[in-house]
Amino acid sequence: MNILVCISVVPDTTTKIRFADDNTRLDVAGVQWVINPWDELSLTRALELKDDASAGVNQVSIAHVGTTASEPTLRKALAMGADNAFRVNGEFNDAYQVAAGLAEVIKAGQFDMVLCGIESSDYNGSNVGSMLAEMLELPSVSAISSLKVEDGKALIIREIDGGKEVISVFAPFVGIVQKGIAKEPRIASMRGIMQARTKPIQVIETAATEAFTRVIRFEPPQPRAACKFIDPDNAGELISLLQKEAKLL
Amino acid sequence: MSVLIYAENWDGKFKKLTFELASYGARIAEMLGTKLIAVSIGNVEESELKQLGRFGVEKVIAADNKRLKQFDSQAYSGLIAQLAQKEGAKVIILASNNAGKSIAPRLSVRLKAALGSGVNKLPLSTDPFVVSKKVFSGNAFAQLLLDTPVKIITLLQNSFDLGEKPVDITVENLQTDLGGLEVKTEVIEIRKQEGNILLTDAEIVVSGGRGMKSPDNWQPIVELAELLNAATACSRPVSDEGWRPHEEHTGQTGKIIAPNLYFAVGISGATQHLAGVSSSKYIVAINNDKSAPIFEAAQYGIVGDAQKVLPQIIEAVKELRNK
Ligand SMILES: Cc1cc2nc3c(=O)[nH]c(=O)nc-3n(C[C@H](O)[C@H](O)[C@H](O)COP(=O)(O)OP(=O)(O)OC[C@H]3O[C@@H](n4cnc5c(N)ncnc54)[C@H](O)[C@@H]3O)c2cc1C
Ligand SMILES: Nc1ncnc2c1ncn2[C@@H]1O[C@H](COP(=O)(O)O)[C@@H](O)[C@H]1O
Repeated sequence: MNILVCISVVPDTTTKIRFADDNTRLDVAGVQWVINPWDELSLTRALELKDDASAGVNQVSIAHVGTTASEPTLRKALAMGADNAFRVNGEFNDAYQVAAGLAEVIKAGQFDMVLCGIESSDYNGSNVGSMLAEMLELPSVSAISSLKVEDGKALIIREIDGGKEVISVFAPFVGIVQKGIAKEPRIASMRGIMQARTKPIQVIETAATEAFTRVIRFEPPQPRAACKFIDPDNAGELISLLQKEAKLL
Repeated sequence: MSVLIYAENWDGKFKKLTFELASYGARIAEMLGTKLIAVSIGNVEESELKQLGRFGVEKVIAADNKRLKQFDSQAYSGLIAQLAQKEGAKVIILASNNAGKSIAPRLSVRLKAALGSGVNKLPLSTDPFVVSKKVFSGNAFAQLLLDTPVKIITLLQNSFDLGEKPVDITVENLQTDLGGLEVKTEVIEIRKQEGNILLTDAEIVVSGGRGMKSPDNWQPIVELAELLNAATACSRPVSDEGWRPHEEHTGQTGKIIAPNLYFAVGISGATQHLAGVSSSKYIVAINNDKSAPIFEAAQYGIVGDAQKVLPQIIEAVKELRNK
């Protein structure tokens, strides 16, 4: 079984987000780029499955749609243990274009399981994984919090509103993962970092499909009114404020 | 032409969320001068379906078929896409929840329709069609142009107030055979969370962080939640430590919620935590460090020891309830 993990590269989650050119684009000065947190966890889980001989996973590849600027981050994913990488060259912000780019990688290869994260922490689309599945006419399971492989079949726990479902699906399929899929992201070893330097990143050039959406401008959030402090020795006062002022209780 | 909502049900019942979608859809239908219709999938009684008429839905298409008993994003989106085409839907609206997030992108591909996900208010304009959506985990919003003839929106929960708009509603039971729709996933088991109020549904949430010091100190959090008919939640380290169940973890990598009122007790207010709760209408922070960043996100704050403050609050709620 071959696994493909789709990696989105995003600003570090503690980055102070600023916009440039009259709030029409992200100000990338000083931004630290990282592997999208969910993608880091799904890669970790894919590597765990590869380590477990009984799962029958032969290869873990990664795929990314983006420019050369992402390559240092892709090297980090290779250092964690991915075998090889595909980068579809282009600067796309529209999820449909990204999914179409990833679909090219998948059509050209042999992948039994394609993993995406539940969302990118930048544009918060939650779009690419399911778009990709539809483009490839594959089944998909989303909000996966546990993933096992047995006899070419995946056993999945998915979160639903108010509970969990245990699901089975035959490969090939697209899995969209969330919290729980792996405990902690795998840390690259020194050996992994050395090996990553020579692992192949295959660059794929493809004509961009048309975009369906375009960001016109960004709006920084409205500053909230200053916090109203209540005397800790008279904390019950909070409840009457919530009732009378905020009209909540 | 029409505006179409996917009216999700839970064991045959609609929730407030479904009616939020209808209220929102009714307003967009007004903006476009067209009518609002709904699609319901699964076994829902006629009297329940008709509830949608209170919020402006003029027609509901009810598809019930044993092959659609279990949720499968491929089959559900295939069906909704067919109906959207038949009804000439120009705008399709789903909830930004697990089901909506897995159906909407598939509809986008099938219908070649632009998707705005995580939208928090009415479109800023309908020609061109521009929506406001959450980006950078709630640290900003983007004005997104949906640049195709058909548009899809997923709406954030608790971001649009219910608006009554009673209309005569017709129920159309869908008889088509589901020929081309395959269900390729199999649900083996369903484990429902029993009893407690669902975190994602709750109007009030009481949440504890590492400042609670030990799982043995959780009793006041639970008691306050019970008194307020609220759900309990926690920060990530608390669930990582096993002090509280994983389902309670809120934040960027946990649940993203938008209750009317969020109590953050002994939570520092890291950006990753705020990413999951900053859409709450009101945040109350209780923390013994007055420089904790949570106070920048809160409307009401108490600088003090949680173990001393919580009992006073609990007393005050009891007094209020006894009045
Ligand atoms: C990629 C990534 C994703 C993450 N995702 C999440 C996420 O989804 N959700 C999340 O919560 N975190 C997340 N985190 C972790 C986050 O950065 C913080 O570490 C975490 O939120 C801190 O939890 P806390 O506020 O409970 O603990 P702390 O930061 O330790 O804060 C405890 C607070 O309690 C106060 N306190 C101490 N004693 C008392 C007392 N007696 N009474 C009252 N107050 C007291 C302290 O002043 C302090 O402010 C993520 C981190 C990363 C790197
Ligand atoms: N540029 C990209 N390259 C590769 N995978 C991506 C890219 N953008 C998004 N993805 C994948 O799609 C998931 C959801 O992203 P999004 O739809 O942008 O929220 C991510 O967790 C990735 O797995």
